[in-house]
Amino acid sequence: MAKLTMVQALNQAMDQVLAKDKRALILGEDVGVDGGVFRVTDGLIKKYPNQVFDTPLSESAIVGASIGLAINGLKPIAEIQFMGFYLPAFNQIVAHLARYRNRTRGTVNLPVVIRIPCHGGIRALEHHSEATEALLAQIPGLTVVMPSTPYDAKGLLIASVNHGDPVMFLEPIKVYRSIKEEVPEEMYEVPIGKANIIQEGTDMTVITWGSYIKDVMEAVKDAPYSIELIDLRTISPLDNETILASAQKTGRVLIIQEAPKTCSISSELSSRIHEKCYLSLKAPVKRLTGYDITMPLPAGEELYLVNKPRIHRAMKELMEF
Amino acid sequence: MVIENYDPLKGQMLQVLDAEGNLAQGFDGVLKNDDVLKLYQVMTLSRMTDKKALAMQRQGRLITYIPQSGQEAAAAASVYALTFEDWIVPAFREMAGWLLRGAKLKDVFLYLRGNEQGSKNMPKLRMTPLCVPIGSQIPHGVGISWAQKLKGENSITIVYFGDGATSEGEFHEAMNFGGVFKTPTIFFCMNNQWAISLPRSLQTSSKTLAQKAVAYGFPGVLVDGNDIFAVYLATKEAAERARQGKGPTMIEAYTYRQGPHTTADDPRKYRSTEEEEKWLCKDPVSRVRKFLEKRDLWDDKKQAALEAECDKIIEEAVAEAEKTSYIPEDIFKYHYAEMPQELQEQFEYFKSTLGGQHG
Repeated sequence: MAKLTMVQALNQAMDQVLAKDKRALILGEDVGVDGGVFRVTDGLIKKYPNQVFDTPLSESAIVGASIGLAINGLKPIAEIQFMGFYLPAFNQIVAHLARYRNRTRGTVNLPVVIRIPCHGGIRALEHHSEATEALLAQIPGLTVVMPSTPYDAKGLLIASVNHGDPVMFLEPIKVYRSIKEEVPEEMYEVPIGKANIIQEGTDMTVITWGSYIKDVMEAVKDAPYSIELIDLRTISPLDNETILASAQKTGRVLIIQEAPKTCSISSELSSRIHEKCYLSLKAPVKRLTGYDITMPLPAGEELYLVNKPRIHRAMKELMEF
Repeated sequence: MVIENYDPLKGQMLQVLDAEGNLAQGFDGVLKNDDVLKLYQVMTLSRMTDKKALAMQRQGRLITYIPQSGQEAAAAASVYALTFEDWIVPAFREMAGWLLRGAKLKDVFLYLRGNEQGSKNMPKLRMTPLCVPIGSQIPHGVGISWAQKLKGENSITIVYFGDGATSEGEFHEAMNFGGVFKTPTIFFCMNNQWAISLPRSLQTSSKTLAQKAVAYGFPGVLVDGNDIFAVYLATKEAAERARQGKGPTMIEAYTYRQGPHTTADDPRKYRSTEEEEKWLCKDPVSRVRKFLEKRDLWDDKKQAALEAECDKIIEEAVAEAEKTSYIPEDIFKYHYAEMPQELQEQFEYFKSTLGGQHG
């Protein structure tokens, strides 16, 4: 089995999707000739010149046109160049993409995948390191996915294309080329809505996703506790079953997220765990999150992102509550 | 008005100084020799900053650099046509103009090293900070100029954006506002032919970008953006119109991005060296030098002296930027006039993680 990066795994997934289903198409800024600014769509326009389109610089039209393409039977995979740049399309996402199925009482579903590179850790310019998954997760009708490994990326992207409803597919930039792992050549799905228990443990549950998985795994390895580590993989809908069962089992939960703290995915997780597992908890849910501030420019980025000492401190505080 | 004679719908372009440095007849008074010398100096400083910054980026001393080469004439001559009372709303490829306005090269380097302090001094110069999300600054230019009108000021606003930005909704909404409220705005489009990998021909089916102004009810003019005389003249006239209460003008400066979009980009993926070489023949900086040499206003000795002077300015700015430390606490301090309680608690925790104490 070939060892691939996330970029390669996503490229392979889209290659196979475009080959298999002529209704599938890719559109976005610089996704064709340039192969995407991260080269995720590299080479695809050559193989599928009628299915890959470089668009004008118009995020709103990229999403809005994707809605129209889907209404008329095609399956667009749109790319927004960075998470800071989907906001011009927010009106289309909130007002239409998320609502069509409900608005038409099930007559029109929109099989649209919006791929968005997200999160920090690569010392990029302003607006290139956003972590706004909670904004998307709050919108009824949207499915929000974030893989953390090449294997999951390929399987989740294929599942997203086949999902039938709009999927916001968030790709952590930091992971794009930092991990290589074995990825099957054939098409396969990683189920949407299922979290992944990376390792089992009994002292505490640690929940994280996307760009933080690798750093958290390393911190977990060095920690003197038996830790159950969960990768959410799907941000919305959350996998209640896996999350709550683990919280009940360990009685202690630490949530680690890159986004700011207030009204975030960690807020929702904490709320659900307290609501459903109150009597099983040995300590209140602990959150190690971004601060409620704008992501600093690169010279200050390390001050914002979590690191191993901070993770270990949070674990210790949780154990000693 | 000269610009009225150039119909963007017919693709007519105002050019005064040709690529060989020859001035068209009748345009002698547009810029005096001293003006040309001043513009040449700042354009050279901007060009040499590019070289230095690209080298620094390769050495890991800058995060990502946004090359400016090729667009110095459009940036410098447009700002030169304004007064210090006028507002400048940049995108991110108008360095020669920022420097003319008085922006410190040190601040530019600070910003490019990923330090917010680099944007601190710009508003004092009646200039907004660099704007990364494409086209999102255009409505700000309309708002600033609208305020100028409402307050009865005689000043105007110039807002810069690229060819790619004309595909964003905010461009069209801002142009429409400007037309409706007759704001004293110059919509200055740096058409550098490329939006990362997308050529101008695939950005819009319009023959020119300047013609888009027609639909919003005010003039648009296409100028040779590598010609300081044409850019200066068009901007001066647009500013006059704005000051007289006649509303906005759109200027399309036809120019070329000689380098990559940023240092993270590789133009070999999407454009030919032949095209790049063709445009190098129209280079805006050497064009001014040719003009000056034809008039015996410039020689190798003066060039060497100017380059030495620019080197010194650049080295000092780099040294100052590199010795400016990042203030960790600053990431918390400027979100609200008064820090909310929750943020205050996060700040206390943050301080406990500094100084190597982490855990």
